[in-house]
Amino acid sequence: METIATRPKSLTDLQFTYCPGCLHGVAHRLIAEVMDELDMRDNTMGVAPVGCSVFAYKFFNCDMAEAAHGRAPAVATGMKRARPSMHVFTYQGDGDLAAIGTAEIIHAANRGEKITRFFVNNAIYGMTGGQMAPTSLPGMKTSTSPYGRDTDDVGFPIKVSELMSALEAPYYIERVSLLTPQDIIKAKKAVRKALLFNKEGRGFSMVEFLSTCPTNWGLDAIESLEWAKENMLPYFPLGVYRDKSVEEA
Amino acid sequence: MKTEIISSGFGGQGALTVGKFIAKAAMAEGMHVSWLPAYGPEMRGGTANVSAIVSETAIASPIVSSPDILVALNQPSIDKFGADVKEGGLMIINSDMCPDGTTRTDIEIIEAPMNLIAKEMGSDKVLNMIAIGMIIGRKNLIKFETIEADLTAFLAKKNPALLEANIKAIKKGIELGKK
Amino acid sequence: MGEKVLMKGNEAVAEAAIRAGCRLYFAYPITPQSELIEYMARMMPKVDGTFLQASSEVAAINMVYGAAGCGRRVMTSSSSPGISLKMEGISYLAGANLPSVIVNVQRGGPGLGDIQPAQGDYFQATKGGGHGDYRLIVLAPSSVQEFADSASDAFDLADKYRIPVMILADGLLGQMMEPVEFKPAKTEAELAELDKQHLDWAMYQNKPEPNHHHHEINSLEIDPHELEKHVLKLDQKYKLIQKNEVKHEEYNVNEDNEILCVAFGTASRIVKSAIDQLKKEGHNVGLVRPITVWPYPSEAVLNAVSKNVKKVVVFELNLGQMVEDVRLAVNGKVPVDFMGKVGGLVFTPEEVKTKIEENL
Repeated sequence: METIATRPKSLTDLQFTYCPGCLHGVAHRLIAEVMDELDMRDNTMGVAPVGCSVFAYKFFNCDMAEAAHGRAPAVATGMKRARPSMHVFTYQGDGDLAAIGTAEIIHAANRGEKITRFFVNNAIYGMTGGQMAPTSLPGMKTSTSPYGRDTDDVGFPIKVSELMSALEAPYYIERVSLLTPQDIIKAKKAVRKALLFNKEGRGFSMVEFLSTCPTNWGLDAIESLEWAKENMLPYFPLGVYRDKSVEEA
Repeated sequence: MKTEIISSGFGGQGALTVGKFIAKAAMAEGMHVSWLPAYGPEMRGGTANVSAIVSETAIASPIVSSPDILVALNQPSIDKFGADVKEGGLMIINSDMCPDGTTRTDIEIIEAPMNLIAKEMGSDKVLNMIAIGMIIGRKNLIKFETIEADLTAFLAKKNPALLEANIKAIKKGIELGKK
Repeated sequence: MGEKVLMKGNEAVAEAAIRAGCRLYFAYPITPQSELIEYMARMMPKVDGTFLQASSEVAAINMVYGAAGCGRRVMTSSSSPGISLKMEGISYLAGANLPSVIVNVQRGGPGLGDIQPAQGDYFQATKGGGHGDYRLIVLAPSSVQEFADSASDAFDLADKYRIPVMILADGLLGQMMEPVEFKPAKTEAELAELDKQHLDWAMYQNKPEPNHHHHEINSLEIDPHELEKHVLKLDQKYKLIQKNEVKHEEYNVNEDNEILCVAFGTASRIVKSAIDQLKKEGHNVGLVRPITVWPYPSEAVLNAVSKNVKKVVVFELNLGQMVEDVRLAVNGKVPVDFMGKVGGLVFTPEEVKTKIEENL
């Protein structure tokens, strides 16, 4: 029998703890596949966030640190400075990265830390039970915006990739989606670029994944994909926001 | 034997350095020393001052409340610390910047127009060296040779002209300090 | 030991840390510890070390977490308000068993307070400060020499027990210059040894199977039974530290003491001056100075309450924090009195002497 797919060796044997229809598993797998393909696993260390993906430290089969909420970029900075020959990535959600950890992410990016940031944006706090995120859409109902996000009151969703691309230092920033198989293939290419630039020590790289949360959106898996396409894609345009490798070439 | 010193003046007059050079020299001569600056906004505006202690035995409290020697490079220094000088102690006064002087009559006083003297020597920077010289001239606290060696090591290559001016200023101070 | 140099406490502790093998330092500027961060900024590049000015104390302590997770000697420093910001990270360091050194050059509080010396962070340092059940080893130096020496002690203890160690100094120790003799700097061979000591748990270069490792730097245990085990294991470590690492100094402690004083850090120096003066006047007063304020030298305090001691008097630059530990240690054997000074002010030897005389 021919083996056409196996578990990447950059993932441990543990079963993911994510809800049915959640796309964290897809994002994990893309990262792990690329780590395998670029033969990076044994030179890579990662940082897990606080949020649904808190257990990422158990899932990636390399040395992992579990950071305090929002502090992953600072922890990753300490790791990269302590082990400069290693490749360091963080994996963060929207609350972790774009609310409580805003200072850490902006300054790590601004220093051009030679690390990779994987940012999963599903417009809601998942682990704590569906509260409003800094990326929740205008009018979006969550448990802490029960009447819909009122932009007069709490402002607009933060466009993280656009915000980061206002800085000089970042090397590569791209927003991708995990909403269709075609998008996932494109997303993997972005992950590959980000990790390759990391491997080559070129600078700060970030991939923002548009994702879903069927459980807290109150939709099933298919409906949530449709909802995200209709509502998130227009507000968070996909694309490359920074690629210094193109400028250099 | 323990000598407690407060050196005080406007920021930039080198009051803190007076304490530092004395402490360094005394340390080189095998004494226990401490140097404690008043820090914070005072450094940049009002009175910069330092407590320095030279002692034959270990120094417990590094805080000087009644100095044996007060170096007052400006009038606010006398106003602030003048009354605290120990009876029989020494007050060194820069008369150029201390128009009101002191009313104390129970202490030794060495007074000189240090700004003028420094200017005559070619640099305002050496004003504080005159004060150090006065202490050496009057008190058996540190030796001129020790401080000369320290200054030479620090300045001989970096700024020989300033070294020469410093040494000259200390010698002038010693002369003024001698009774 | 080399020759004596006259140095500020802030610079001396930084130099001593580098000599002890610290090659990573992350901090944010704050008075009165600025000379420390500036010294590191100048010197770390000269030893191929990392100096990084973080965007906040919060970021700095989490950089420490990352570097400590890699098993390398790492330090941060700040002063009281900044230490409060680090408390989250300190709790995580403790929870994840990470060796690290934190210097607190205390200033007056609460809130923004002022920038003068104080000891108001005793509770925060010794009783928690961050969340959860944890302890730090807390060293309280009282001279520039001891401040410097505490750096290598702190790193050794941190590595020995995999625990964050705090050096609890204050603005006076940071700003004061005194003669210091430094221990020799670690050699390249010694530094290489240091890097090997944590390979069983830290994050570092990996290998293919079967020699592959998956080390997790983590303080999360979602299962209550697992967390219970984890916390009880921490407690075993803390008990071992209490048994092995208590340090104190006795000054004029003898069987004929009339009064026993207890003071730590800067305050203890003022008390020593008062004791010297009282001795000249024929009074026999002793001092116990805790050097580790956690673990606390309770036994030493109790043992120093000899038969003629009428009272124990505690002197602190706060409203009365360590006095609670002294009361626990003395346990009602004799009355315990307290004198504090706050606002960033330091009591004079005369004030201390008067307080002792009231109790004679």
